[in-house]
Amino acid sequence: MSTQVPERVEDESSGESVSPGKQKRDQKKLERAERIQEQREAEAAEKARSGDDTYHLKVFRYDPEVPGKQEPRFDDFYVPYKQGMTVLDALMWARDHYDSSLTFRHSCRQAICGSDALFVNGSQRLGCKTQLSALAEPVRIEPLPHADVVKDLVVDMEHFYDQMEAVEPYFQTNSLPDGELDEQRQTRENREKVKMSTRCIWCSACMSSCNIAAGDNEYLGPAAINKAYRFAMDEREGEDMKQRRLEILEQEHGVWRCQTQFSCTEVCPKDIPLTEHIQELKREAIKNNLKFW
Amino acid sequence: MSQSYNRGLIEDFSRWREFSAGMWAWIFHKFTGWVLVGYLFTHIAVLSTALSGAAAYTNTIQALESLLVVRILEVGLLAVAVFHILNGVRLLFVDLGVGLEAQDKSFYASLILTGVIVVASIPTFLSGVSI
Ligand code: HEM
Ligand code: SF4
Ligand code: FES
Repeated sequence: MSTQVPERVEDESSGESVSPGKQKRDQKKLERAERIQEQREAEAAEKARSGDDTYHLKVFRYDPEVPGKQEPRFDDFYVPYKQGMTVLDALMWARDHYDSSLTFRHSCRQAICGSDALFVNGSQRLGCKTQLSALAEPVRIEPLPHADVVKDLVVDMEHFYDQMEAVEPYFQTNSLPDGELDEQRQTRENREKVKMSTRCIWCSACMSSCNIAAGDNEYLGPAAINKAYRFAMDEREGEDMKQRRLEILEQEHGVWRCQTQFSCTEVCPKDIPLTEHIQELKREAIKNNLKFW
Repeated sequence: MSQSYNRGLIEDFSRWREFSAGMWAWIFHKFTGWVLVGYLFTHIAVLSTALSGAAAYTNTIQALESLLVVRILEVGLLAVAVFHILNGVRLLFVDLGVGLEAQDKSFYASLILTGVIVVASIPTFLSGVSI
């Protein structure tokens, strides 16, 4: 919301050459517009505190570098509601109007970069994909559980990334096509099989929701296992590579840690059937090891 | 990250407001499983009285069954066993990857069915006991 300052007169000056005088006037106009905008926003903030059409946010705050903020606390923000406003929009509004030190990650604002997974009203959600109107007030916003908080809503993602790397999250094969320039074709059916698993945006919501991952730091976690599924089920990687992938997954802290609580599947913002994929890999691992002949 | 705030187990748990069906199912299944293991020992202990003769066994059973607490505990045991079996079957289906989209509904169904069976069993379990 705040990053798109509305009502800028931009297209006016494009096109024909513009005289210096007009440029100056435009500049003035723009400045005035900004001033009015600021004033209006300040008024809105004032009104927001008292008005009905506002949302009450309770936001977790913590900053190890400022002596007065080392003790974690919750700050209240009252944000004027606009139709379609998401949790991320509200946070940005609060940051821009109340406290510029409020820290959180975001980038795409369309559920594709995976940087704003937060703990909202008791469950893991993407800020940019969660409508305020769907939430009960006060909207309680916290950093992802089971991760160290670096500052405010920012958690340390290093451990999550380590687990993702551990499953070798890239295509590898030793069965290359004959011709040097041949493509590595995938059948439609096979593509369909891995389709959902390719959607992961590395947001870590699933990992944060998982009780098992919380208790066992070495557990690969749903996202990493799903990533492994994406490649283990890809027929183009060939048998040898599948074997290698199953060996990684079968380890003590691999698929067998999963206790089918389904919390990952419920929070995944990309609707990936994580538990289903983990269960399928368990069965693959057993089939791989049980040989009666 | 030289400094970062670790919220610890207790705080995490209290923050958890949306406990989902699958999580409850897991906790109940663990709990009922271990209660059943506990009962197994009690069960063996009571049955072992038969080693000291038929009369000893009959006396023990009669003494136990005349107590209201024992009758109530039996109802509890039935509840625990029925839930464990029903949810156990649910888990077997989950392991087979069958009906995963209905995992929450099947958990609630296990709970309700357990409740119904337990309520229906109360007259039998509590019959002829003096308070
Ligand atoms: C028809 C009867 C039963 C069925 C269908 C059944 C099914 C299951 C299943 C599927 C699990 C695995 C849960 C998981 O995936 O983590 C389990 C766990 C367990 N069962 Fe049963 N069970 C039955 C009877 C019993 C009995 C009679 C006992 C006690 C003597 C028992 C004790 C346990 C325990 C202690 C666990 C938990 C183990 C753990 O901590 O992981 N079960 N049961
Ligand atoms: S599997 Fe879903 S919840 Fe987990 S990191 Fe990927 S997108 Fe996020
Ligand atoms: S901001 Fe990119 S996923 Fe929400």
